[in-house]
Amino acid sequence: MSEILIKNASVCDPAQGINCETMDICIRDGKIVDSVSENAKVIDAEGKLTMAGGFDGHTHSAGKINVGRFMNPNDAKKNLVPGLSGQVARTEKTRAQVGYNTPNTYAIGYRYAKLGYTTICEAAIPLLAARHTHEEFKEIPILDKMGLSLFGSNWQVMEYIRDKEPEKLAAYIAWGLKASRGYGVKIVNPGGGEAWGWGKNVSGLYDPVPNFDVTPAEILMGLAEANERLQLPHSVHVHCNNLGKPGNYATTIETMKLFEKVKPSRDRQSLHVTHVQFNAYAGTSWRDFETGAPMVADYVNGADHMTFDLGQVIFGPAMTMTADGPVEYANARMLHEKWSNQDIELEDASGVVPLFYSPKSFVNAVQWAIGLELALLVKDPWKVMFTTDSPNGGSFVNYPEAFTYLMSEKRRAEVISGFSKMALDRMVLPGIDRELDFYELAVMTRSTQSKMYSMPEKGNLKVGSDADIAIYDILPGHVDPSTEYAKVKKAFSGAAYTFKNGEIVVKDGEIEETPKGKTYWVNAKVPENIDTAMQKDIDRKFRKYYTVSKANYMVEDMYLQKPVEIGTEGVF
Amino acid sequence: MPVIKDAVCSLCGSLCDDITVTVENNKITKIENACILGHSKFVGMFEHDRIETPMIRKDGELVPVPYEEAIEAAAKILVNSKRTLSYGWCSTSCEAVSGAIQLAEETGSIIDSTANVCHGPSALAAQEKGSPSATLGEIKNRADVIIFWGCNPVHAHPRHMVRYSSFSKGLFTEKGRKGRTMIVVDVRKTDTAKLADRYVEIEQGSDLLLVTALRSIVNGHEDVIPKTVAGVPKAEVVELAETLKNAKFVCIFFGMGVTQSRSKYKNGDAMSSLISDLNQHTKAVMIGMRGHYNVTGFGQVATWETGFPMAIDFARGYPYYNPGETGANDLLVREEPDAAIIAAADAGAHFPQKAVRHLARIPVIQIDPYANPTTEIADVVIPAAVVGIEAEGTAYRMDAISLRMKKLIDSKFKTDEEIVKDLTEKVREMKRGA
Amino acid sequence: MKIKANLISGRTADQGAHLEAKTHKGYFDACTYCELNSADLERLGASEGDNLKVTTEFGEVVVFAKANEGNPEGLAFIPMGPWANAVLSPDTHGCGMPGFKGVPAEIEVTDEKPLEMKALMKKYMED
Ligand code: SF4
Ligand SMILES: [Zn+2]
Repeated sequence: MSEILIKNASVCDPAQGINCETMDICIRDGKIVDSVSENAKVIDAEGKLTMAGGFDGHTHSAGKINVGRFMNPNDAKKNLVPGLSGQVARTEKTRAQVGYNTPNTYAIGYRYAKLGYTTICEAAIPLLAARHTHEEFKEIPILDKMGLSLFGSNWQVMEYIRDKEPEKLAAYIAWGLKASRGYGVKIVNPGGGEAWGWGKNVSGLYDPVPNFDVTPAEILMGLAEANERLQLPHSVHVHCNNLGKPGNYATTIETMKLFEKVKPSRDRQSLHVTHVQFNAYAGTSWRDFETGAPMVADYVNGADHMTFDLGQVIFGPAMTMTADGPVEYANARMLHEKWSNQDIELEDASGVVPLFYSPKSFVNAVQWAIGLELALLVKDPWKVMFTTDSPNGGSFVNYPEAFTYLMSEKRRAEVISGFSKMALDRMVLPGIDRELDFYELAVMTRSTQSKMYSMPEKGNLKVGSDADIAIYDILPGHVDPSTEYAKVKKAFSGAAYTFKNGEIVVKDGEIEETPKGKTYWVNAKVPENIDTAMQKDIDRKFRKYYTVSKANYMVEDMYLQKPVEIGTEGVF
Repeated sequence: MPVIKDAVCSLCGSLCDDITVTVENNKITKIENACILGHSKFVGMFEHDRIETPMIRKDGELVPVPYEEAIEAAAKILVNSKRTLSYGWCSTSCEAVSGAIQLAEETGSIIDSTANVCHGPSALAAQEKGSPSATLGEIKNRADVIIFWGCNPVHAHPRHMVRYSSFSKGLFTEKGRKGRTMIVVDVRKTDTAKLADRYVEIEQGSDLLLVTALRSIVNGHEDVIPKTVAGVPKAEVVELAETLKNAKFVCIFFGMGVTQSRSKYKNGDAMSSLISDLNQHTKAVMIGMRGHYNVTGFGQVATWETGFPMAIDFARGYPYYNPGETGANDLLVREEPDAAIIAAADAGAHFPQKAVRHLARIPVIQIDPYANPTTEIADVVIPAAVVGIEAEGTAYRMDAISLRMKKLIDSKFKTDEEIVKDLTEKVREMKRGA
Repeated sequence: MKIKANLISGRTADQGAHLEAKTHKGYFDACTYCELNSADLERLGASEGDNLKVTTEFGEVVVFAKANEGNPEGLAFIPMGPWANAVLSPDTHGCGMPGFKGVPAEIEVTDEKPLEMKALMKKYMED
């Protein structure tokens, strides 16, 4: 029995409505408990901000990121955020580390932990390549992991939707999650991945997918129905059509509206829209490009069925990676950048392209502003998950920097002062004076994640929750984030303590221990007769079209590190 | 008698996963679906020259020793070495590769794979221009124009054309071979070329010229093309470019004819640009024909664990990568390593004489199931189980899809994974003692 | 009579089938030959099975002659393996990859016999 008593912590835990109150936290055997014995090890957290461990609900940290590492070895040396990037020699406790946007697996674990983060959700697992994702998960130390499986351009999915077979579709989703050991349903540019199989794209919600006679809207609705039928812990997680295109805010709002009629099967949103920054563009071309954030935020403020994340841009080099194959090709051509592509048979597409966000480019400046506008114009922080879509908008190691943008108008003004007049004309950020407080920041970085992924044991400090805790050397009320943003950044850049399952993994910003994290996956129950009927259809897919056999497709148990199986009951 | 279905063939980068194996009395007695290479691997197990016991070279001769003694001797070599080259790790599992990387990190060694002598330049090309690719099933289901460029699958990947490319049938390619145009670009009329609809013979070493000319035509600059390119008449080059442009889905499979010829990585670099340009007109991808069944896996594991796919130098404690400097052959030709581990690959057979000469001079630890030319120059020899037959583990197909290899029969030999672990433990123990 | 040729190496099915049987005669048979167009063989006055000495800047090796009409004139092919590597280029031009294809070579008929694998490797240990 291992016990810890964290004394006099300044606790900020929005899930319990606790806003920076001084209290003690008790830990026993990896969980938060009511009380501990006198033998408990005591940690003095007086004067220190204490929150649940951070939870990155949308990051590209395993699988496709390897293509990014492979094609851009220059990233290894980049040390733009000292202490959280670049080359670090091995020590007795830690493996060797490299990288900035695409760090090696060990660095990902250590550096998230240093930021006080303890859980990450990989945003895109191709079913066929899922084994690879889990192999990388295994080598990411400390963090708990989960991933979202891609279904948005899947032949079987599109056929079931076209043929109006909702039950078999749900059975297939359940099977696909099991095969890939995924946690939820990811939809990227619905139908666009299949169109990209022919070098084409779909242009909007009602543009039919070549050869499959379904529209992106039908794919979205079909998958949402299946998602709710299976009572999955997360809603569908959508990367909208037309990403990265001027004028796309209309598609984004249209997509959000589509979901008004979807009834969630659990106490959570029915739709999560991801990295909305890339999907909140107004204008008709790059010439008259401007922010679409006010329109999107307006809609979101009036809606209560959805959540979204930012995809905030960080200036400097980034590595874009997405299942949205056509977008990456377009990026590479427009920017004359190197281009990697990996289409996945019967399932989806993907691309990887490095790029550089410059404050001097008016487009990049406006992109930077849009992310912040979304965060600040949407009133309810519980609707907003903070992300940079790491490393698409920028590396996660910049989160502390980005927090200062959210918390300080002065800091924003400093950055904005470097923008061109043209850029300023295309954004509304300079007129926004809202500054987030620590409570709101905690909502966006841990509490809302717990809710939106239905993970009650994460993202809060309730009795019974996992003892994943971040303690930062900063005291709300004594530091004014609005002016003392340098202190904010410093505190969030290296936690005083990070606890993972009750174990001290970071102390004074340095790695103490490197335990292995858990892997969460969802096993949804489906009636046997429906499953059997569905299996017949996929058997045919394997016989005729796949290049691997069904037996070798399923990710085997041995690839899961400390697996946690979340069971759900399908409603048929 | 047990019949094992869906076994993975651990020979070439096609990594066929539909092999049926019959096992009787712990012997493989029947193999279905494998090609001659695969067959020879599965069945040959009992005919090939297994290294039966650990050995150490004493007075010029390899003499049998107990396993522990071999591990001890190997660890001693590593502990005494200032610059160890760890090479190979491609005919083995990703799990073994991971162990080998950790050992290299802890001993400050350089670790490199057989990519050094096959598709290393393809990695460099991807680092210049990217790697526009797809899984093999995309080719099976969609490709109507397939080019084999500087590769000879009839010999090197015998089932490739049936399972994934020319002869396969898929959703949009129901007619199979009849519905596809198969083109071979090579310097000699290979057995693969004999099956092609069109064979384009180029002057050896002039691949870059032809790729560049194709790009020019695809981009609308036919006028700048000289009368002949790479020994090919202009009219033929133009026709080839038109075939590509007018295709529905193009795949260029490329092999060592591209990576090893003059211009080396520049060939792949230009090909990647050609693919990008072709996507202005149609859909096009490229896939490297990887030889060793898990050379792709080495690259994947090394990339996620160290940031780099090959030629990784841990002398500084963190990974450092500069393939023209830290590649196995460059190191050996510079006579830099003072010890080497050669595992699951055969540098003795596959490195040019100058590199082999240096290997012969330094202490060499070999880990391999079979005796081969490297054995002749090794000082410590540790026999291993055959991965994919006697040991399970992960391997990556040439298109970066990973598969689980099965253990089909029992073996008295330790697996590469276990050997690396034992070696690492021994090294730690010696370092602690020192 | 000597001819000049452009030497390349590469994989063959036979060589591949002996990847794990390199101490066998089969491997020797699969790798110890040089393929030339028959016009080139004729110029050499060699027929299939004769011993050829292949010399490059980097060394020399004796292999058997083999005809292959698929080879254009002036192109010599030796399957990858220790015999080919006795004469191929160790120079990587700074990109990691040795010169396995496109090495200028001289080829002539010889009375010397090809060395079997162990004897060939033994020479390295004696160097
Ligand atoms: S093609 Fe390759 S993987 Fe397939 S059976 Fe033959 S040797 Fe094995
Ligand atoms: Zn993303």
